[in-house]
Amino acid sequence: MSLLDGGVAELAAAVRSRQVSAAEVLEEALARIEEAETELHCFNTVMLEAARAQAEAVDGAIAAGRDPGQLAGVPVALKDNMCTRGTPTTCSSKILQNWVPPYDGTVVRRLAEAGAVAVGKTNLDEFAMGSSTENSAFGPTRNPWDLGRVPGGSSGGSAAAVAAGLVPLSFGSDTGGSIRQPASFCGVVGVKPTYGLVSRYGLVAFASSLDQIGSFGATVADAALALEVAAGHDPLDSTSLDLPAPRLVEALGEGVEGLRVGVVDDFLAEVAPSCSLAAVAAAEALAAAGASCENVSIPEMLLGLPAYYIIAPAEASSNLARYDGVRYGLRVDGPDVETMNARTRAAGFGAEVRRRIMIGTYALSAGYYDAYYGQAQRARTILIRAFDAAYERFDVLVAPSTPSSAFAFGAKTEDPIEMYMSDLCTIPSNLSGHPAVSVPFALDSDGLPVGVQVLAPALGEPVMLRVAAALEAVAPPGVRGPVRPAASSSAVATGGGGGGRAGEGGGEVAGG
Amino acid sequence: MAEYETVVGLEVHCELSTRTKLFCGCANAFGAEPNTNVCPVCLGLPGSLPVLNEQAVELAMRIGEALHCEIRPSIFHRKNYFYPDMPKDYQISQYDEPINVDGLLELPDGSRVGIVRAHMEEDTGKTTHVGGGGRIHEAGHSLVDYNRAGVPLVEIVSAPDITSAAQARAYVAELRAILVATGASDGRMEEGSLRVDANVSIRRAGSDELGTRCEVKNLNSLRSLGRAIEHEADRQASLVDSGERVTQETRHWDENASRTHSLRSKEEAYDYRYFPEPDLVPLVPDEALRQRASSALGLMPAARRARLQAALGGAEHARALMDQIGTVIELSLDDLVLAASAGGADPKHALNRAANELASQGERARALDPVSFASLLALESSGTLSATQVKAVLPELVEHGGDPAEVARRHGFEQLGTEELESAIDGVISASPTEWERYVSGDARIAGFLAGQVMKATRGRANGKVVAEALAARRAGVSAR
Ligand SMILES: [Zn+2]
Repeated sequence: MSLLDGGVAELAAAVRSRQVSAAEVLEEALARIEEAETELHCFNTVMLEAARAQAEAVDGAIAAGRDPGQLAGVPVALKDNMCTRGTPTTCSSKILQNWVPPYDGTVVRRLAEAGAVAVGKTNLDEFAMGSSTENSAFGPTRNPWDLGRVPGGSSGGSAAAVAAGLVPLSFGSDTGGSIRQPASFCGVVGVKPTYGLVSRYGLVAFASSLDQIGSFGATVADAALALEVAAGHDPLDSTSLDLPAPRLVEALGEGVEGLRVGVVDDFLAEVAPSCSLAAVAAAEALAAAGASCENVSIPEMLLGLPAYYIIAPAEASSNLARYDGVRYGLRVDGPDVETMNARTRAAGFGAEVRRRIMIGTYALSAGYYDAYYGQAQRARTILIRAFDAAYERFDVLVAPSTPSSAFAFGAKTEDPIEMYMSDLCTIPSNLSGHPAVSVPFALDSDGLPVGVQVLAPALGEPVMLRVAAALEAVAPPGVRGPVRPAASSSAVATGGGGGGRAGEGGGEVAGG
Repeated sequence: MAEYETVVGLEVHCELSTRTKLFCGCANAFGAEPNTNVCPVCLGLPGSLPVLNEQAVELAMRIGEALHCEIRPSIFHRKNYFYPDMPKDYQISQYDEPINVDGLLELPDGSRVGIVRAHMEEDTGKTTHVGGGGRIHEAGHSLVDYNRAGVPLVEIVSAPDITSAAQARAYVAELRAILVATGASDGRMEEGSLRVDANVSIRRAGSDELGTRCEVKNLNSLRSLGRAIEHEADRQASLVDSGERVTQETRHWDENASRTHSLRSKEEAYDYRYFPEPDLVPLVPDEALRQRASSALGLMPAARRARLQAALGGAEHARALMDQIGTVIELSLDDLVLAASAGGADPKHALNRAANELASQGERARALDPVSFASLLALESSGTLSATQVKAVLPELVEHGGDPAEVARRHGFEQLGTEELESAIDGVISASPTEWERYVSGDARIAGFLAGQVMKATRGRANGKVVAEALAARRAGVSAR
C-alpha cells in the first residue's frame, strides 16, 4: 500500500525520517492526478512547478537537519478560493479567470510552514455558491464513486480529490455546508470549524459572517491534524478568535463514554430515508459505545434555510461588488465606466452568482431591509438561542449531513430552491458559528456514501471530533474513500485500499 | 423680497494624522508616487480583510472628547455604491452607532454649534479624468491613485445651528484649530486634510421650521465656504420669492463661475444599502484607551484664548486684540507669549511681536526659546534695542537660538556707551551749528534731522529713542544755562 493511502501523520513521519522523500510523495500524487483528472476534473490548476519547489525545500530542510513540521511532505489540495501567491485563484469564475494573487492567505502560509506541499487549486461552484460544482465556469467535478453524479459543493473538487486518493488532505470553505455536504457525497470526513477558529485572511469572501475554512481527510484523524495546523489566532482577521490552536488529535481515541448526545429530530422527516437512517444508526452506535442518546426537537433549526438565503446573498452582493473591471480580473470595455462595470459583471458572473447578487441587493434595499435582512438576523438570533438551550442538555448533537446522497448531474439545476434544500441540515451551524463535521457512516442502496453530522457548541471541536472518531471506528466497511473513479453504469462502487474498518458494536447499514 | 434667515449644517471630513491607514499597515502619507502606499487590504483585493488601527480610534476619541461628545461603543457598516476610486465598491463607515455623539463647539464670539456626531470611516482613492476637460463622462480615460484609499477620516456633522456664512467660516476655523490642538489632524484644507460640505436651507426670519436643504460640495477653502453659502442662500431666496420650490439635491460649488450647479437630486440619490460590516467586531474602547485619549488632549483653543485674555487684563481689554490672539493661537505661539509675560514682558508687547514678526516666520517660530523671547522684549522696552533691530534679530533667534544680547552684538546692535553717544552728539553740533541753534530755540521739526545725523555718525548702532532723549537732555542743559 502506498504511503499516500495511509494516515497523514504516518506519511509526514515517513518523510521526516527520510523513509521517503517529499519529492517522491509529490510525484506519486501528481501521477494519480494526471491519470484521474480527465475523468474527475478536481483541479482548476495543478501547481507543478510551485509544488516541486516546495517538496524540494522540504527535503532540503530535512537534509539540513531542520524539521519542516507536522505535515512534512504531505500533498494538499486547496479550494480555488484560497489566495495563493503566484498561482491563479479563480473562484471558478470567468471574472477572476486570470487573476494571480500577490499574496498567500494565512492558511496557505501556515500549511507551507508546516511542511505541506500544495499541489493544486480545486474546482468549486462559482464563488462557492452552489451544492454540486455544476456552477463552476470551468465545468463540473465528477463524483469518483459514480461519474454520473455530482460530488456536492461548493468544495466539490477538494472532496473528490481526497475521495479518489489523489491527495490525502484538502481544504475547502463552508458557508452553508460547502465542506460537509460534498464530504458526505464523496465518503470523506469534512470539518467546518467554529467561526473564528481558522483565519479567513486570503479566503475570497462569499458571506463573511458565515464563511469558514475547514479540512477534508480520509479519516477523522487526518482532518483533525490538518485543522490543528490551520487553526489559531491571526491578527490579520479581526474575527479570528484570540486563542491558541486547539489540540485535536491527541484525544481522538478517548471514546464517548458518558457523553450526552442529542439526535436532532426535526431533520429526520425532511431527508431521504438513507440519510435519516444513517443518523439514527449513528446514535445507536454511540449509545452502544457508552454515550447517552436522546432524541431532541429543535424546530428553530428549520428557520436556518430561509434566514441563510437572505443573509448570505446580502453579504455576497456587497463582497462581490469589487469585481467591477477596474483593477483586476475580467474587463469588458464600454463607453463609460458604468457601462464597463455592467458589461464586465454580466459577462463575468454565472447565473447563480447573478441571482444571489440580485437577491442580496434587494434584501438590503431601503424599504425592504427590515422585512428581509433584519428579519433574517432576528431568525438567526432565535436559532442561536435554541442551540444554546440544546447545549445545556447535550454535549453534541447528531443529525443527517444531507437530505440525499449524491445526485445526478442536472437533477437540480432547473430548480434553484431544490438545490438550496441541499444545505438544509448544514446551514444552522454556519448561522450559529458552531463547529460541525460530516463523517461517512453508511452506503445507500445505490452504493453511494452517506455521511452523518456531529454538531458541537462553539470551540467544541475536541469532543465533536472524538465522537466522529468513535463513529468512524464502527462504520460499516466500504463507506469511505479512496475509491477509483467509477463509471456511472457500474452503480455500486467499492472502496479502494483504505476502506472502513468493520464495525464491531453496531453500525447497522441504512438502506435506501 | 421677504426676509430670510440662512440655516447651515456642516459636514467636515478630517483626515487623521495616523502613521498608517485605517485598516492596513500602509503609510498614511500625502504626496507619494501614485499607487505606492498600497497593499491587498487597501486595494480591496479578493480575500483581504480589514483590521482596525488603534491609533485612529484614539485620535477619533480625542476629537470626541474635545467636542464634548459622548464617546460610545460603536460598530462599522458597509456603505455600498459603485465608484472606481473605491477599491471594494463599498466604504467602511460608521452609520447608526458612531463612536462620538451629542457634542458642541463654542465659537470665539460665544455662540454654540451642536455636534450631532463625529464618526470614523475610510477615505477613497483619487480619480483623475484625462481629456474631455476633466469631467468623468467626457474623459478619454481615467487614472486612479489608491494611496489615499483607506486613510482614516473622522466626519464631524454639526447640527443646523449655523445662521450665516461668517459663522460657518468661524465654525470651520475653530474646528480646524481644535483638530490641530488634539493632534488628530494637520488641518490642511489645501491638501484635502479637511474637507467641508455644507447643507444650506433658508426660512422666513423668526420661523422655527427647517426649509428644504441643498448639500453643497467642493468647498476647498474658508473663502469658498463663505461665498458658496451666500450664493446658495441667495439662489434659494430668489426661487422662493418667484414662487418656486427648492428641491433637495446635491450641488457642486464652481469657484471660478461663483455659482453652484446640480449634481443629483434626492430621487437620483444612491441607496447605500448599509449593513453591519461582518469583517470587523464591535469597537468597545477599554478604560486604558479612554484614559490615553483624554490625557493626550492638549489645551483647546477656547481655553488658550481665555488664558491669553486673562494675561492681557481681561476680555474687555483683549477685545481689540482678537485678530492677534487668533493668529497666535492658530500658530500655537500663545505659550511663548505667556512665558514672556511671566518673565516680565508687557503681554501686549509680547502678543504684538508674536502675532506679527514671529508669525511671519511660520510654524518654525514655535521653536523659539521663551526665555530668549522674554529677554529680547526686555532689551526692546528698555530702549537698548530699537524695534527695527528687534525685527532683525528675531529670525536669527528662531533659526539658531542663543542669547538675544549676544546676537544683537553680532549684528553690531550693541548698546552705544553714553560717552560714545555724547561725543557723537558733540560732533553733530559742531558740524551743523545752524540746525542745532534752531533746535535749541524750539524748532521741533529739525529734531529728526539731528537724530538722523547722530544715527549716521554711529552707523545706526544708536537707538533712535535714546538719541532723541539724549538730544532733548542736551537742549535742556543749554536752555538752563
Ligand atoms: Zn494598505
